[in-house]
Amino acid sequence: MSRALPWVIGAALVALPFVYHEPYPLHLLVIVLIWSFMYTSWSVMGRFGLVSLGHGGFMGIGAYVTALLWNDFHLTPWIGIPIAMLVVAFVALLIAWPCFRFRIVGHYFALVTLALSAIVLQVITAARDLTGGSLGYTPQRYNGGSSVFALQFTDKTTWYLIALGVWGVGLLVRYRVDRSMLRYALEAIAEDEDAAAAAGVHVTWEKLKITLLSAAMTALAGALYCQYQMFISPDTVSGISVSLQMVFASVVGGIYVLLGPTIGAFITILLAEVLRVGFGTGAVGWDNIIYGSLLVMFIIFLPQGLVGTLQAKFARVSTARA
Amino acid sequence: MPDIFDIYLIEALINGVLLGGVLALLALGLNLIFGVIDVVWICYAELIMLGMYGMFFLFKIYHVPFLLAAVLCIAGVGVLGVVLHLLVIAPLLGAAPINQLLATGGVLFFLQSAATVMFGIDFRNLGIRLPVLAVADMYISYARLLAFGAALAGMVVLYLFLARTYTGTAIRAISQDRQIMPLMGVDARRIYIITSAIGGALAGLAATLLVLQYDVHPFIGLTFGPTTFMICVLGGLGNMVGGFVASFIFAEIISVSGLYLDLEWGYVFAFGFFIAMMFARPQGLMARRS
Repeated sequence: MSRALPWVIGAALVALPFVYHEPYPLHLLVIVLIWSFMYTSWSVMGRFGLVSLGHGGFMGIGAYVTALLWNDFHLTPWIGIPIAMLVVAFVALLIAWPCFRFRIVGHYFALVTLALSAIVLQVITAARDLTGGSLGYTPQRYNGGSSVFALQFTDKTTWYLIALGVWGVGLLVRYRVDRSMLRYALEAIAEDEDAAAAAGVHVTWEKLKITLLSAAMTALAGALYCQYQMFISPDTVSGISVSLQMVFASVVGGIYVLLGPTIGAFITILLAEVLRVGFGTGAVGWDNIIYGSLLVMFIIFLPQGLVGTLQAKFARVSTARA
Repeated sequence: MPDIFDIYLIEALINGVLLGGVLALLALGLNLIFGVIDVVWICYAELIMLGMYGMFFLFKIYHVPFLLAAVLCIAGVGVLGVVLHLLVIAPLLGAAPINQLLATGGVLFFLQSAATVMFGIDFRNLGIRLPVLAVADMYISYARLLAFGAALAGMVVLYLFLARTYTGTAIRAISQDRQIMPLMGVDARRIYIITSAIGGALAGLAATLLVLQYDVHPFIGLTFGPTTFMICVLGGLGNMVGGFVASFIFAEIISVSGLYLDLEWGYVFAFGFFIAMMFARPQGLMARRS
């Protein structure tokens, strides 16, 4: 039963838009799925104690490179997105290799990567002739905004299926990482780098692998976000706020469990929507007040996150019964 | 090479020094807290933002004299520092350092949006126009000069406090060895609270100076925050002398590149310099080579 369960849920999720196609809930689901994929990408490395605050930068580069290639070189996102992912992986290499080589870990690592997201934000803003600066940037519409070539679709169902597929791949990647040697190596590194190195783990290389993977996935998420929203601005796809948002949602859901970041995305996005719909413009800022206090309380009282804590509870109950 | 020594360059260099003074003050508070409590307050710049709002309301709305408002502000942000420590940091003292950093990240969100809700997103300023000094064809803002002077004075007072008083000595001792000092009869909890108060007060002092040069809005913290963290890391977290030197290097890069290009590029170059230096000296500028 538990083996079949993911397939049943997956089939139900794929079938959903054909049964139920109200645009607004579908729109919310697309957004939730794209961000879930993003948070999952962050947690792929975040769960090993590699807390990066640079993912806001990775997302920004992914989104802007794809959009710039499309507008200025008419390069289809089908090629543009892989290029953006390569660019981001290269940037990640540039930052992460020296960090790991010189053993910049913990909050030093967080602050160095934070510098990266600050730089990306400043570069996008400063290069306003190219990127439109803080006013934002829109990929040119092609064929009335509905074209496979340009990866632009007007109907929500297509987007829902794309986002669902990418999210599924993200979960699969994380699942595979969790069952690979890489996971054991990284857990050993997170415990004690010296001991891991003494046991024959190539510390720098193992950390680099997971970082490049996580960064490239984040770039894909950024590019998808841009293709779906058809509008990006430096503040919504890069900078510290976006980086912290990724950490926050993942922590709320639980970074150590597969579905943690997804649940985190659900909670945060639905909370923001409920506040926005319920209170209108009067609610501006309230969602972040709630996020902020929740983040603090989660870290103090539930560092395992919502899903992680529940899972641990269930595990305790079932072992007590056995 | 007549261009290199042109008057604008000298003006930019002087402005860089003046900016460096303020940045040094910002870095000092963060470094003190890191050095003693081993915590990074990601929301440090948001405390400054609140201080700036405090100045705005006291001075502009309630017509409190500037100096009195400044004193109230410094004390107020100092109290905020203590509250932050007691509510957020103290329960997490035993947790992983990264958790403390993320929790203060939550405080950053909270303060930023609380300010949005309470004060709105309008840009506000005190409406004081301080004169501009004209020295030999160069224009130097009086506000910056004042900020530089006050920042230096603040640093000297802090230095004397740390060097000359019993509490100051205890603070320095605890930053050197966290485990042994409680055995020597130093109450670590009390020292942490005092340090948080001083860190907050330094943010308050910075706020009273910055409010003369910048408009206040809820997101102003994002302007100073990243720069301050980078300066601290560049100088070596917790290393106050390193932070001091790094502030001036940073300020000169921002100021001089801002002269030739846009101000944003100044920041880009400064941040790029930071990353380059992390490769060259990962433990900070002033670190002893091991």
